[in-house]
Amino acid sequence: MPFGNSHNTLKMKFSSEQEFPDLSKHNNHMAKVLTPALYEKLRSKQTPSGFTLDDVIQTGVDNPGHPFIMTVGCVAGDEETYEVFKELLDPVIQDRHGGYKPTDKHKTDLNPSNLKGGDDLDANYVLSSRVRTGRSVRGFCLPPHCSRGERRAVEKLSVEALGALTGDLKGKYYALKNMTEAEQQQLIDDHFLFDKPVSPLLLASGMARDWPDARGIWHNDNKTFLVWVNEEDHLRVISMQKGGNMKEVFNRFCTGLTKIEELFKNKGHAFMWNEHLGYVLTCPSNLGTGLRAGVHVKLPNLSKYRQFEEILKRLRLQKRGTGGVDTAAVGGVFDISNADRLGFSEVELVQMVVDGVKLLVEMEKRLEKGQAIEDLMPAQK
Amino acid sequence: MASSFAKVMSSRTTGLIMASLGAGAVATGYLMSDNATVSADQRRKLYPPSADFPDLRKHNNCMASALTPAIYAKLRDKITPNNWTLDQCIQTGVDNPGHPFIKTVGMVAGDEESYEVFAEIFDPVIKDRHNGYDPKTMKHPTDLDASKIHSGVFDEHYVLSSRVRTGRSIRGLSLPPACSRSERREVERVTVQALAGLKGDLSGRYYSLTEMTEEEQQRLIDDHFLFDKPVSPLLTCAFMARDWPDARGIWHNNEKTFLIWINEEDHTRVISMEKGGNMKRVFERFCRGLKQVEHLIQERGWEFMWNERLGYILTCPSNLGTGLRAGVHVRLPKLSKDARFGKILENLRLQKRGTGGVDTAAVGDTFDISNLDRLGKSEVELVQLVVDGVNYLIECEKRLEKGQDIKIPAPIQQSRK
Repeated sequence: MPFGNSHNTLKMKFSSEQEFPDLSKHNNHMAKVLTPALYEKLRSKQTPSGFTLDDVIQTGVDNPGHPFIMTVGCVAGDEETYEVFKELLDPVIQDRHGGYKPTDKHKTDLNPSNLKGGDDLDANYVLSSRVRTGRSVRGFCLPPHCSRGERRAVEKLSVEALGALTGDLKGKYYALKNMTEAEQQQLIDDHFLFDKPVSPLLLASGMARDWPDARGIWHNDNKTFLVWVNEEDHLRVISMQKGGNMKEVFNRFCTGLTKIEELFKNKGHAFMWNEHLGYVLTCPSNLGTGLRAGVHVKLPNLSKYRQFEEILKRLRLQKRGTGGVDTAAVGGVFDISNADRLGFSEVELVQMVVDGVKLLVEMEKRLEKGQAIEDLMPAQK
Repeated sequence: MASSFAKVMSSRTTGLIMASLGAGAVATGYLMSDNATVSADQRRKLYPPSADFPDLRKHNNCMASALTPAIYAKLRDKITPNNWTLDQCIQTGVDNPGHPFIKTVGMVAGDEESYEVFAEIFDPVIKDRHNGYDPKTMKHPTDLDASKIHSGVFDEHYVLSSRVRTGRSIRGLSLPPACSRSERREVERVTVQALAGLKGDLSGRYYSLTEMTEEEQQRLIDDHFLFDKPVSPLLTCAFMARDWPDARGIWHNNEKTFLIWINEEDHTRVISMEKGGNMKRVFERFCRGLKQVEHLIQERGWEFMWNERLGYILTCPSNLGTGLRAGVHVRLPKLSKDARFGKILENLRLQKRGTGGVDTAAVGDTFDISNLDRLGKSEVELVQLVVDGVNYLIECEKRLEKGQDIKIPAPIQQSRK
């Protein structure tokens, strides 16, 4: 929220007890970690850009909990948030990312030749393949905290950088506020258009302010590489195509990202990254790789199998409906992706998806024929 | 007690300026340290007001009509004593370009001082919204003497219920868009303590939203008393729903004719209501209740936000002055179908709504009819205006029933000097 650092100074006139939020009915990572003692310790701090503890936790205070998903309940307003409020965020990160310790180091690997296989997922089952991540531009505040001037500067930089892409990555930018009706319809039909967030998890953090100012979509002419500007993060980068050739999708993803990073560096801007947290994004759940590699896959039989959830868990995979997070599967088609983000490299995560989906499809085929699949049960990865 | 929450002029952000801002650091537009986000102070320099000016080209609200780049440049870096900024005032108007049928206000106050510190934008918005009322030159009259109302009992064949509402803010505490959790809790504490001192027909009970039982909740819903977390983006974009439902609640008297909402869109909303057409009694209870609550908080060193320029200070500029909406639910089956209905209401300075309140449609032939104005006329004047107007509407309805003709009344004079 755009409350200035000086507002925080004023709040110090009231005791920590008077200010401590009522979290008695809450179930999110922030609420589990934040004690009155910790609140008292951190409430006087702020990042250099003025992001405060209350700013970090507002979304978690306003949203007691999702019925099925343990939400994070806090966001970063800038890169320094993860440092200044590490006493809150480290345990949240540890809880969310499978025990990742404050001393752990995260490996980044965007070399697509390290991926084994992945070019032959059965297209009779795997309808589409997609890899997404996010990137933040160092020096600018993140979506919960940025001013209009900063957001516009991020847009301008991004459009310039993306405008320099060539070959199969060459494309065009569509600013949300300047789009024609025809362009808008085309982007909807292509499933590219993002709209103003409606989730209270996002709204409560202040990310939707000034919509649709400085928001837009860039995509290449082939419609296989797409960048969202200033939605939940500075940049969301997506590589996708129909069918099961995840290797090709990942190749393009890595090539594109590396090129974009180079173009930004030429303009004097690095992406936010450090060796402990990897790529720094708005939501702690997206730290590390920020990567979600997934497929839309037909699993009508396997999804009804009593151990479906257990299989996914062991493969470190997650299921969603084909509308994305918080949607239900339609017609036996699921969105299957990696559950992890931090503590594994990009290559490792995509490998898990490739290997895992291969196994799921095999199981589906067996069940179709009425055969058993117990012998195929995987061990916990 | 009041002193511990007294407004303190904050020192400027001098203590927070990063000492490391070197001489060469601010050369070109985007030059910044490789390793750090810009500090709050650097950001002010790097992004002049022109870089931050909102895009209001597709907007239709009072704020967008009044805000120029020049005004924005002048006010952007100012703060109120509670450290509230212009950007925070206007955020709701930036985020909500416009209601298709209603010209919304598009800005809110974070504290009493907002109306002073940002007067250059609030004054034209107030003028636009309140029919030319000029805060620079005019004074607003306050009159809560209910004995002055005449003919205030309506024909109950037509009028089903009568209601008067207003809001009150506790001086010294920030308003709902800006308040911290402890300020909001203090508003609750001060108000609940005062209400506990009400006696006789006004004696009642408080129901906190966080502690309400399921049964209490159901009963309050059945009584049409319960308010819920705002869903309107006009309100949520103004930061009013933060920390819901902490420190929010409903108080009402045992007779269910006097009701207070705590920490919804304002510190308090005060409502007097009853079935039937005795508007005079409703207003009498309204004034009596308000005066008693005011007295009770004054005993403990608190007071309501009020000044002679703007009357009672509330969160939304549309509610300044009296903050008063006096209305009835009235059946007008014939009149509502007459082509002149709209014009008659307009000339009487009345507004129609559906019986669900603002933004609802009428059900059957029953309408919510209330005063349009809030500022520039006193409470007594506005209630009398509603009384006279509703009596006129009923007259019209009766005439139409008998097949007689009706007349559009002459327009009521709008603002006073």
